[in-house]
Amino acid sequence: MSHLAFFNVSPGTAIVRGAVGTLIVFCLCSTALAQEVNGNQAIDAAKGDDLGNGISTEAENEPGGLQPAVEGAAEEVPDGEIHWFDTDRTWFAIILAFVCGSVLVFIGLAARGMQFTVRKIAGLEATEEAVGRATEMGRPCLFVPGIQDMNQIDTVAGVTLLGHVAEAAARYDATVVVPTAYPLVMTAAREAMHAAYLTAGRPEAYNEDNVFYVTQEQFGYVAAVTGMMARDRPAACFYFGKFYAESLLLAETGNMTGAMQIAGTAMPAQLPFFVAACDYTLIGEEFFAARAYLSGEPQQLGSLKGQDVGKVFAATVLILGCLLKTAADATQSEMLQEWVSYLQETILT
Amino acid sequence: MKQFIPLLIASISGIVLILSFFVPEITPTIRPQTWGETVNGWFTVLAAMAYVLGAANLAKIHLKKISDRKPGWGFSAVTLIAFFGTLAVGLFKLGSFPSPQFPNTPWAAAYDEEGTFFWWIYEYAMNPLMATIFAILAFFVASAAFRAFRAKNVEATLLLATAFIILLGRTYAGSVLTDWLPDWLSGLRLGNLSVTIGQVFLTAGNRAIMIGIALGVAATSLKIILGMDRSYIGSSER
Repeated sequence: MSHLAFFNVSPGTAIVRGAVGTLIVFCLCSTALAQEVNGNQAIDAAKGDDLGNGISTEAENEPGGLQPAVEGAAEEVPDGEIHWFDTDRTWFAIILAFVCGSVLVFIGLAARGMQFTVRKIAGLEATEEAVGRATEMGRPCLFVPGIQDMNQIDTVAGVTLLGHVAEAAARYDATVVVPTAYPLVMTAAREAMHAAYLTAGRPEAYNEDNVFYVTQEQFGYVAAVTGMMARDRPAACFYFGKFYAESLLLAETGNMTGAMQIAGTAMPAQLPFFVAACDYTLIGEEFFAARAYLSGEPQQLGSLKGQDVGKVFAATVLILGCLLKTAADATQSEMLQEWVSYLQETILT
Repeated sequence: MKQFIPLLIASISGIVLILSFFVPEITPTIRPQTWGETVNGWFTVLAAMAYVLGAANLAKIHLKKISDRKPGWGFSAVTLIAFFGTLAVGLFKLGSFPSPQFPNTPWAAAYDEEGTFFWWIYEYAMNPLMATIFAILAFFVASAAFRAFRAKNVEATLLLATAFIILLGRTYAGSVLTDWLPDWLSGLRLGNLSVTIGQVFLTAGNRAIMIGIALGVAATSLKIILGMDRSYIGSSER
């Protein structure tokens, strides 16, 4: 498996990282210990006299057990068992471990030199074409990273793609305007763009005012962005992130201004609107595969192969489940119906 | 160090959240679920602090636009007036009044209580504006449909036919056109056809996309937690 980011460092760096990690673990453990201590004090108070003051265990030894005033509190005394795992989620953990394990395995195989083939994704191949078009027309590019915050994986993937678009824009000497709906997204987008311009060797061309905060309000944001599109008439529009009802508003406005549009989202309900109004659309996992596809790094491509293993697994379970259900209904076999029930209510829940 | 600390925070937060999902409670007093809630709380605090950055950026961008007299600077002036006006009304609780709990204390009611200036701005300015923008969506749907539903090739023809069936099936026109069909052909009635298309074909396609999305999310999250993907903090290195 390829090395993790935290290893293969100098001794001084390792000492500092170890100290910081130890501090964080200490904070977590002390929080847990404080909870344990507070919990024990609460338990002891519940076991005490009816005023709840101090600790008294004499009541437990008297005939008749605990005093009536604390009988209700006796029900809150824990059973003393330790639960290391939520067994209701066992199958989910197994499937998750299988998928993540396959991703890591193929990343490791890629690190050892195995080559993987990835099909062409037209939308990603067209990003450079779109930026080039903007350069030729002398108009800016517009990049919309969705309308959600950085705690959404779609937004993180969108900011990742912004880096690629910004690098192309730096090379072609085009302008990328990035209106954001959340300040955290604005700061992350600025970092991504700055790094992209540095990578392209054009740090002087980076203007942080091109990445700005608009508003968090959904339709206020889309009104501002569509107004910008109508006035500035960007030649290329990129929509990569999480979208809701404003997706069609953005895409249709871009269509009316004659922009070349490339969209990508993980929201299935918005995909039809983007497909209808945009020139290229990244559907579902193509959006998350963009980072690996554009970088071309073998280890990133290995992660795509691992996802394919997950898809094969899902398809296998689908087919087996359909066959099992069909056979159970056709034969009315109790055993088959039990298997179907176990599959539906335990494994797939 | 500039990249190490954000990576460490991202990794630890991700691991804690996964742990809190699979191990919600070790003992009644040690509950990793609360650790996950704490991590989410940290994000909320950070996001709230970031709003100061956002407000400062908003003011800076629009003031610069006004001072430079760039085309459309009037919109920036309106934006700033609305922003600072709403901020003042909310912060100073303008138009607030005594609440039933504290009848002798002026400004005791919440800043967004019905009848306050802040409530008035939201109810009679913000809501109509949002509804207006949302209403434009209907016209955009029509224009997108007019452009997309054309029988240029086999796929487009199938799309057109499906859209035809579903649109008619959702209206009285569908009932009028096909309700005369006998019961043994009831599956061909437009209403039933549109339901079948939605429940079978649409659901199947939706689920297939969702499976791919879930796998993509899992792989991307794994790479971020393990530090293999650092592009979100502005690094193209591995």
